[in-house]
Amino acid sequence: MDLLDFARGPAINVAMVVLVFGVLWRLLAILFLGKAPDRTIPRLGTPGPVGAALREIMRRMVPHPTFAFAERFSFFNGWVFHVGLAIVVFGFRPHMLFIKNLTGLSWPTLPSGVVYVVGAITLVSLAAALVRRLTNPVQRFISGFGDYFAWFVTLLPVLTGLIAVGHVGARYETLLAIHILSVALLFVWLPFGKLFHAFLVFVSRGTTGAFLARRGV
Amino acid sequence: MADQKTLGERLAEHGVSRRAFVKYASWLGSLMALPPATSRAMAAELAKAKRQSVIWLSFQECTGCTESITRSKGPTLEDLIFDFISLDYHHTLQAASGEAIEAARHAAMAENKGKYVVVVDGSVPMKDGGIYSTTAGHSNYDTLMETVKDAFAVISVGTCAAFGGIPKANPNPTGAVSIGDLVKDKPVINIPGCPPIPEAMTGTVAYLLSFGKVPELDHLGRPKAFFGENIHDRCYRRPFYERGQFAHAFDDQGARDGWCLYELGCKGPITYNACATMKWNGGVSFPIQSGHGCLGCSEPDFWDKGGFYVPLSGSIGPTAKLVGGAALAGAVAGVAAAAVARHRKASLNKG
Repeated sequence: MDLLDFARGPAINVAMVVLVFGVLWRLLAILFLGKAPDRTIPRLGTPGPVGAALREIMRRMVPHPTFAFAERFSFFNGWVFHVGLAIVVFGFRPHMLFIKNLTGLSWPTLPSGVVYVVGAITLVSLAAALVRRLTNPVQRFISGFGDYFAWFVTLLPVLTGLIAVGHVGARYETLLAIHILSVALLFVWLPFGKLFHAFLVFVSRGTTGAFLARRGV
Repeated sequence: MADQKTLGERLAEHGVSRRAFVKYASWLGSLMALPPATSRAMAAELAKAKRQSVIWLSFQECTGCTESITRSKGPTLEDLIFDFISLDYHHTLQAASGEAIEAARHAAMAENKGKYVVVVDGSVPMKDGGIYSTTAGHSNYDTLMETVKDAFAVISVGTCAAFGGIPKANPNPTGAVSIGDLVKDKPVINIPGCPPIPEAMTGTVAYLLSFGKVPELDHLGRPKAFFGENIHDRCYRRPFYERGQFAHAFDDQGARDGWCLYELGCKGPITYNACATMKWNGGVSFPIQSGHGCLGCSEPDFWDKGGFYVPLSGSIGPTAKLVGGAALAGAVAGVAAAAVARHRKASLNKG
C-alpha cells in the first residue's frame, strides 16, 4: 500500500467515521438537551420564534453599525475566506466527486482555473487572518491553542491542494496523498474544536434570536 | 546465436543507408530526450555493436507483452533492430522446443557470459514451492536465478514482471512477486505497462547496446525517458479538465465531444508512461483517445486501487458502510448524552 492508497483508503475512511460520529454526537446532544419551559408572556408585537431566529441569523451576517468601522477587517476578511472555502470545497469537480462517490449527490461545478484563483485568494485571506490575530493585542490575548490549531487545519488543505494542482516540489501522487491526509486531519478535528461552529453557527444564532425576541430585545 | 557482424554491417546488407540509420538513432535519442551530440554517439556506437544476445523468459503472463513488442505495421527500422538482437530463447517465438531450446539457452549463457541481457515478462510464483508455473520441469524461480546469474542486465517487460501485475492482485493466490523482488545483484530495468509500449522496449535495448549501461531510472526502476511524466500532463484532453468539462458517462455528449474522463475513473494524473505522446500502433491512438480512462497499468498494484471507475478523488474501501455505522452510533451517543444530561438536571431540580 503506497501513501496515496493509505490516504484514499484507511486514513480518509477513519477520518470520515470520526467526523460523522463526532458531529452527530455533539449536535444531537445539544439539540435534545431541551430547555426549561418559558412561563413568561411574550412581548406584544414580537415575531414568532422562527421569524426571530431567521432575523437574528441574517442580522449577524454584518457587524453592528457601532462596530462596523472597528471590525471592518474581520468582517471583510472573514467573508472572503468563508466564501472562498465554500467555493473551493463545493465548486471543484474532484471535491464534488468525493461526495458523489459517497452519497450519489452531484451538482454543477466551476472551471478548475477559477477554483485555483479562489483557492489562492482564500489562502492569502487565511494568512491575513493569522497576522491579524497575532498583531491585534486583544485578539492575541483571547487566542489559545484551539484557535491556532483550527486555523492550521483549515489552511493546510487549501495550501496542500494548491501545491498538488501546481505539481510543486514532489510527484503529483505524493502531493495528492498529502492533500487528502490534510483533509483527514481537518475531518478528525472538526467536531471537537472551534471549527464545529460550521454546524452550530446558525443553531446558536437562531436560538439566541428566538429567545431575545420573546423578551422584546 | 550471436554472430560477429556489426549492426552497421548487417544494416548495409539489408540496404539501409547510413543516413537512414542516423535518422533512426536521432529518433531514438529524441524519444529518450538525449542531447543531439549523444544521439550521434548513439548512432556511432550502435553501428559498431555486435548482435546482443537476449534470453527472454516468460513466467506468469498472458503473452500480451510479446504481442505488443513483436507486432509491427511493416518492416520498420525497429524490426531490423530487433533482427539484430540475437533472440536466443523465447517461448512464443522459438521454433525449437524441449531439451533443444533449453540447451540453446545454456549455450547462449555460456557463450555470452556477463554480456547477455535477460528479458522477463510475467511474475514469479513463490507460494507452495513455485509449483503454479514451471518450464522444463523447473520452477520459474529456479529458471530465473539460473539465467540471470551471468547476465549483464535484466529487463522486466510488462507490469507483471516489473511489479507483480495481475497475478499479484489481491488475494495473490500464487504468491506472485516481481523480478526486482528476486534479482538484487544485477541491474533491473522495469518497462511496465499492460502491455508496455514497443518503443520503450526497443529504445531501452538500443540504449544498452549503444552505451553499455543502464539508462537513467526513476524510483520504480523505469527509464525516465519513457516514464518521466504523467499521462495527465501530456493528455490532449487536459484543457477540458482545466475548463471543468467532464464526461459523466461513456455515451454522453461530453464523452462524444472528447471531454476529460477524470469523473469516469481515469488514473492519468498518477500514471507515468509515454502513452499520451508516443501512443500505440505507430502513433495512431491510445486508450484515452479511444474513449476510456487510463487504468494506470504502468503503476504498481494498479489492479487493487479501489476500482477502475472510481474517480481519483473518491475514497476507496467500504466508506459508505463505515459512515452509515458512524452516523447511527453518533446519533445514539448524542441522544444518550442528552438523556443523561436531562436526567441529571431533573435529579438536581428534585434534590
